[in-house]
Amino acid sequence: MPTPTTGESQPIPSAEEAGDLYRRMRLIRVFEDTVQSLFQKGHVHGTTHLYSGQEASAVGVCSMLEERDRVAGTYRGHGHALALGVPAQGLMDELMGRATGVCGGRAGSMNVVDLEHHLIGCFGIVGGSIGAATGAALSEKLLGTGAVAVAFFGDGTSNQAYFHECLNWAQVETLPVVFVCENNLYMEFTPIENVTAGAIAARPIAMGMHTQTVDGNDVWKVREAAAEAIAHARSGAGPAFLETLTYRFVGHSRSDPGRYRKPGELDEWRKRDPLLLGRASLEERFGIPPERLDDIDAEVSAEIDEIVAKALAAPFPDPARSGGEFK
Amino acid sequence: MSEQPTIEFRVALREAMDEEMARDERVVLIGEDVAVAGGVFAVTPGLHEKHGERVIDTPISELAIAAGAFGAAVTGLRPIYEIMFADFLPLAMDSLINQAAKYWYVSNEQGSVPLVVRSAMGAGGNFGAMHSQSPIPWLQGVPGLKVVAPATAGDAKALLKAAIRDDNPVAFLEHKRLYSVKDPLPSTETLPLGEAAVVRAGGDVTLVSISKGVRDCLRAADELSERGVEAEVVDLRSLRPLDTATVLASVARTNRVVAIEEGPTVGGWAANLLGIVAAEGLHDLDDAWTIACPETPIPYSPTLEEEHVPSEGRIAAEVSARLGVAAEIATGA
Repeated sequence: MPTPTTGESQPIPSAEEAGDLYRRMRLIRVFEDTVQSLFQKGHVHGTTHLYSGQEASAVGVCSMLEERDRVAGTYRGHGHALALGVPAQGLMDELMGRATGVCGGRAGSMNVVDLEHHLIGCFGIVGGSIGAATGAALSEKLLGTGAVAVAFFGDGTSNQAYFHECLNWAQVETLPVVFVCENNLYMEFTPIENVTAGAIAARPIAMGMHTQTVDGNDVWKVREAAAEAIAHARSGAGPAFLETLTYRFVGHSRSDPGRYRKPGELDEWRKRDPLLLGRASLEERFGIPPERLDDIDAEVSAEIDEIVAKALAAPFPDPARSGGEFK
Repeated sequence: MSEQPTIEFRVALREAMDEEMARDERVVLIGEDVAVAGGVFAVTPGLHEKHGERVIDTPISELAIAAGAFGAAVTGLRPIYEIMFADFLPLAMDSLINQAAKYWYVSNEQGSVPLVVRSAMGAGGNFGAMHSQSPIPWLQGVPGLKVVAPATAGDAKALLKAAIRDDNPVAFLEHKRLYSVKDPLPSTETLPLGEAAVVRAGGDVTLVSISKGVRDCLRAADELSERGVEAEVVDLRSLRPLDTATVLASVARTNRVVAIEEGPTVGGWAANLLGIVAAEGLHDLDDAWTIACPETPIPYSPTLEEEHVPSEGRIAAEVSARLGVAAEIATGA
């Protein structure tokens, strides 16, 4: 896989880079479909929260970051990790509880950390990513690194203390942090509007924060908005808030069939699948023929097949060294 | 003896932070009113003037403070954060427990979390039920979080410096009634976390406590000595890691142990410690009990609060009675 592109890239990239972005979104989709299937077969344990349908949000934002920047994701974090360049093999091994996992099997689906790939953590508690990124931004400011921190979180997080406390503090301290609210319309099983007073974006606006709302299924629009948000944060002007409007194609977690969806809603959103939009734009804007995109799809599927085979053969962690004293 | 140089507890804490901030520019201090105002217990005056933007006043947002410190700790800083009263720690708990304490282990040791949370705890000031608690039972059961509570000003300085230099989270608990005490300067730069100290030798009974409780035990031991009972006093200094070896060695000498806790018995550290002593040292044990608080919130009224928390008089009286020197208590009292 390519490494994340650098901040030198423009929101509208070269054809090759555009192809890589599509490939990365496709990788997340196939990865998540595979996790679902492996879960049903008993190879992935506990619970999972899949990112299917939201790929353009993570890929769009992460593709505009620089090497020095850092990201905090959520319990729906496989997409955040893969968008950052966390190796799919290490992530799959982790989900399958193997010693070769990116956290040696200690973390599992919801708590992945990969510092080498700028992922300071995925957090199993709603809002944790906001706190972690706010603190990372405090480091960036005091150490003068010029880096930004990004927090991904969902719409439901807008009602957590983390959201209100950290947005306020980040704004008064002018911290270089980008808050990316992935609004998929449901907080777990409940429509977000049923439990939320006013618009989410009205909240950062009330704090005087740089705020944008964007079509989260269009990777180009996400990149354009992310470029602006990241530049704002990096300039020292304070945090930026980016709401990406999207939809998850699967249940909240592995046990959720999604019966609360409004009739026809899923079908409507399927028409705006970020992968479909991506394919159409690659053909129109970059002249990439459908056959080439089919090739990318086939290559990604083959890559995931190979990853699964390796993961199934990987060793489980040795209980003899699972504990030990804390440093 | 009066010539020995002493230091006030709050000044010892201030010096520890000041010296560590001078020693390592990654050390920062954040909290409510800690910078310009110097802290509500006057622990931090002067630090902002000296260390500038590394001493930061925050909003009243305990969760953001804790999470900000966590995020900063995993990305290059070594934050100290102050939670004004330990009773406010529940507001910070998600970050402290779910993020900071677990990170080093869950990340498969990719990243450590060098942070210290300082907090003022304890009863005795008539602050009422929500400003007087000991948070120890909430914190002690969390692997990955060290829990330290000094009894003297000298220990406070050396232990806080050790906590700041530690690479993973430390909860550093300061009893409110100790801020104005004066004690000899520490004899060492730092003290290792997780090592208890025998602070008074005696062969008849072991009194184990932490923080202010240790000072109560020492005064009780003096009273007991007048009645012919020699108590050994163990200052745990930290409750995680827990130095059970020092306690067991003392019990091997005295065969009796009393754990004195400012908090309820059920779910408290004292009862837990006695469980460990029984499991590992039953052959040495003739008697073991706790002196703790009633199973109610801490009351406000001075007469009620005074009765609620263990005192030197109650420790001396209970030990005397249990050891069969009740007659002397009556006359001694």
